Amino acid sequence: MLAGALIRCAPGFGIDERELDTRLNAGSVSRLRQAAGQGRDLRSFYIGYAARLVRGDLGSSQALRQPVAKLLRERIPVTLATAGAGLLAAWSGALGLAIVTVWYRSRWADMACGALSSALLCLPAAAIGLLTVLVSTRAGHTAIVAAAIGLVLFPRLFRLIRGILAQAMTSPHVSSAVTRGVSGVRLVAWHVLAPSAGPLLALAGVSATLAFGAAIPVEAVCDSPGLGQLAWQAAMQRDFPLLVNLSLIVCLLAAGSNALAEVAAGRIGVERR
Amino acid sequence: MKHFCIGLLWLASGALYAGPAAPRWGGELRFCVRADPKTFDPLLVDDQPGETIRYLTGGVLIRLNRATQELQPELAESWQVGERGRSIEFRIRQGAQFSDGSAFTAADAAYTLKTILAPGANLPAADAFSAGGAITVEQLTPDRVRLRFAKAMAGVERLFDQVVMVSSGWPASRRAETAMPVLGPYRVAEYRTGSYVLLRRNPHYWRTAEGGRRLPYIDAVRVVIQQNRSLELLRFMKGDIDLVDTLDPGDYEKLTRGGAWHAYDLGPGLATEQMWFNQRSAAPIPDYKKAWFQSRDFRAGISSAVNRADLARVVYRGRAVAAAGPVSPANRFWFDGRLPAPQYAPEQALSLLARAGFRRAGAALRDSGGHAVEFSIITNAGNRLREGAAAMIQEDLAKIGVRVTVVTLDFPSLVERITHSFDYDACLLGFSSVDLDPNGQMNVWLSTANAHAWNPEQKAPATAWEAEVDRLMAQEATEPSAARRKAAFDQVQEIAAREAPMLFLVYRHTLCAASDALRNLSASVLGPQLVWNVEQLYFAPERALEARR
Amino acid sequence: MTRARRAAAIALGAVYLVSLGASSLPHFDYARQFRDCVTAAPSLGHPLGTDELGRDSLARLLHASRVSLLLAPAAALLATAIAVAVGGVAGYRGGAWDALAMKTTDVVLSLPWLFLLLIARAWLPLTAPPWQTLVITFALLGCSGWAAPARVIRGAIRELRASDALLSAKACGYSPWRVAVVHVLPGLRAILLAQFLILIPAFILAEGNLGVLGLGVGEPLPSWGSLLRDLVNVPEVMERPWMLAPLAVFAAVTGCFYLLTSSGESI
Repeated sequence: MLAGALIRCAPGFGIDERELDTRLNAGSVSRLRQAAGQGRDLRSFYIGYAARLVRGDLGSSQALRQPVAKLLRERIPVTLATAGAGLLAAWSGALGLAIVTVWYRSRWADMACGALSSALLCLPAAAIGLLTVLVSTRAGHTAIVAAAIGLVLFPRLFRLIRGILAQAMTSPHVSSAVTRGVSGVRLVAWHVLAPSAGPLLALAGVSATLAFGAAIPVEAVCDSPGLGQLAWQAAMQRDFPLLVNLSLIVCLLAAGSNALAEVAAGRIGVERR
Repeated sequence: MKHFCIGLLWLASGALYAGPAAPRWGGELRFCVRADPKTFDPLLVDDQPGETIRYLTGGVLIRLNRATQELQPELAESWQVGERGRSIEFRIRQGAQFSDGSAFTAADAAYTLKTILAPGANLPAADAFSAGGAITVEQLTPDRVRLRFAKAMAGVERLFDQVVMVSSGWPASRRAETAMPVLGPYRVAEYRTGSYVLLRRNPHYWRTAEGGRRLPYIDAVRVVIQQNRSLELLRFMKGDIDLVDTLDPGDYEKLTRGGAWHAYDLGPGLATEQMWFNQRSAAPIPDYKKAWFQSRDFRAGISSAVNRADLARVVYRGRAVAAAGPVSPANRFWFDGRLPAPQYAPEQALSLLARAGFRRAGAALRDSGGHAVEFSIITNAGNRLREGAAAMIQEDLAKIGVRVTVVTLDFPSLVERITHSFDYDACLLGFSSVDLDPNGQMNVWLSTANAHAWNPEQKAPATAWEAEVDRLMAQEATEPSAARRKAAFDQVQEIAAREAPMLFLVYRHTLCAASDALRNLSASVLGPQLVWNVEQLYFAPERALEARR
Repeated sequence: MTRARRAAAIALGAVYLVSLGASSLPHFDYARQFRDCVTAAPSLGHPLGTDELGRDSLARLLHASRVSLLLAPAAALLATAIAVAVGGVAGYRGGAWDALAMKTTDVVLSLPWLFLLLIARAWLPLTAPPWQTLVITFALLGCSGWAAPARVIRGAIRELRASDALLSAKACGYSPWRVAVVHVLPGLRAILLAQFLILIPAFILAEGNLGVLGLGVGEPLPSWGSLLRDLVNVPEVMERPWMLAPLAVFAAVTGCFYLLTSSGESI
């Protein structure tokens, strides 16, 4: 409802760009304005929306003139595939490199990874998307978009994971373990990663929304018909029914992924008191 | 021997200069549109991608030849405008069929026209006919249809270029389905939201090639939905798509450096870039600003201070010309070549402004009330050319002491300000005409109309010149003589140039590009620029046989 | 201080000094259009060439540095501070406070903040100076960018809460405020710095992307975001590689921040 209020109050709500078509007379323009004003009365919109939601009817997109449910059914799998693969790749790369830099404590490795993540952080997501399209001549479209999303997410994840692990390395128990001769995989797994599980899982929980955020410009630029592209189009055209449903999805995604992270943290025993 | 050699030489030259090879059949044409089409129902289409699909799949009674700008018979073999523009009668072409094999007859034409023109139907295509008042549609014989208008409509025949015929046997509720039978060279075969629309040849298309085989030459058209222009250009350069129908000047320059394509600069197109001031009396802006904007000398002074030649040279990289009026020279019949080309003259600007009571006080220009002349120009964000033009105007006006703030807004916010809240000072936008006839601009020039940008929906004309424009437009809308219509509209253009309600800045060139593998192209300033004769296009032999992924 | 950190500090200082100082010199007028010299290659007169309106790219880069290097870190600091406050309360107090804070972050993460920015722009007068729009944009970015970091910080604090050092501090009877400042915050240093360093370029890029919606900086004022937005035109960049200069400076500055703040956690 907050999302609906924000959209409703934003300038351009209830506006149809076709009003500028000089071929249309006053009557047609008036009808366009009426049609575009769906959601003007928030209360009645949400009552109707809730009633339809129970029946599985998510309403109809004003911009694309198609049922929202159909649009979501077509596009969710696309974004799940690309953002999911991209997120997995970014986590694998970020976690691996963070462990390497923290473990080996090599200034040069640290600087190299820092330079790479700095460069990627500074590139607009749309530019990363375009560059990925340019350099990938043989890869499939899904792989290209996933790679672009992965490259957008990698520097953010790397910086945070590295910070979390570096913090864990300064703990007294790590020094104690090293003194006792614990080293290698055992040290990393039991004395660095395990105590970092809490913040790492929290980061994993927010990664889902970060991935969706990265998917919006990448899908828009790379023309991937996923949720991100749909969200961008809906925002540009103030497509109220579509925006409300997309906000609901993002909310469920955020809540769901964070809840999963909480459950996992609980199972690992992060909360000891 | 000598005769033999001469004969051999003659044969060889005949072979060399035999003319173009016979067209090859097959292949898939690929190009991009910026967004998903909103509907496939030809009677409901009102967006650019939908109009492109409609053009490729729809059949019309009369077609505007985009190359010659003349009307030519299409599904109507002939037509007759009678009763001084109060009626038009069509003779329907025999033998034309829909894509499902059913015959196209006068009954279908009558059904389509009745559907569009039914009171309360509120279909987009009906607006163009609204000037005719009450309209009756009669099917006179199996191959003749007549429309009668309560009021005379000059140039009514050109409107049928946008009216696509539908089958009377197909339910109206299913007109948006891809399976709907069509009369154009292609039919919609597949649609993936956000990805593409695939069109396949209409097996019953009425046009034939020499030899009697049904056109089109190309088997399929894939209309790719691609929003990003950089990516579209890259894909074109890689050969993934075959043509780009709208190029930015910078992209055009890149393509002129060579490659397996041809870049076209067709000269000034129909699109104009213009700026106007908010002259609405009820606008929520300070009264002193309203006084400025309603002053002809102020508007003319600002106009003289804008360097249009630099705009064309810098922003549009020379691919534009300074504009004098609302009609571009590309509109051969309606362009008024007598309008004086606007000159960049800051001294004249200051003198016009002085006549309106403005004086330089230090660095700033001030009005008679002591207010520093400063205003904002709004334009749509994301359009780099327009943002650049606004920045140049800002610098030009700074030289005469006028401070301009450039505000870029997303399109819905901008439309809201110029059509609903009227909370703006000046606006910079472009207009793109699809209709050569000035009747297509009626909603711009009539003072009561919604598209009368600077002061829309007036109850009565606010100025004498607007009343005169109203009278001239009403006159030319019903005048049967083309010469007299031209004279009336020329006067409208002269009034517009003198009173400057809009500052016409430049006419942009039409820039497009196509693969060298495409044959029989005839690029036009009228949309769709490169595929207006799609049924005549064909690929070079190797491309025609190539299996596309 | 290691040599690398010293070099990073000097480089950062130099960028700040040059951008703050040089932009006051008349030669570095970021708005002046040399209309006969459009999209020019680097030369003596224009060391980084000119843009599509003939404006000196070096002057615009210096002015953009001044704008972005002041506002983006301020916005990042704001977001990090809010994240510490919310995540700290949630992680330290737990219970109902935790539940409330986390539900709030879920809501904030899923709200379309774009529309709040549009509303803010609509409220500003059209003749508002460009810097005013920019300050408000960065302030709103700072107010909306705290939710994801808050969750990470809360996770870290929950871990710290069980540590011996904290238990010992509580047992000594230190006030909650002292425990928070002296014992908790230092334990979060690496995460906070990492978060702060991520937010700076993220906000700079966000401001550039918002320019597509008219929410960025107004002409003729440049910002790093608006300069970096040009990089999306990849064919243009391939032809004029000097357009990458703002990216190089931006990446170098981000790298310097990283070097200055990161080499201390490793033992």
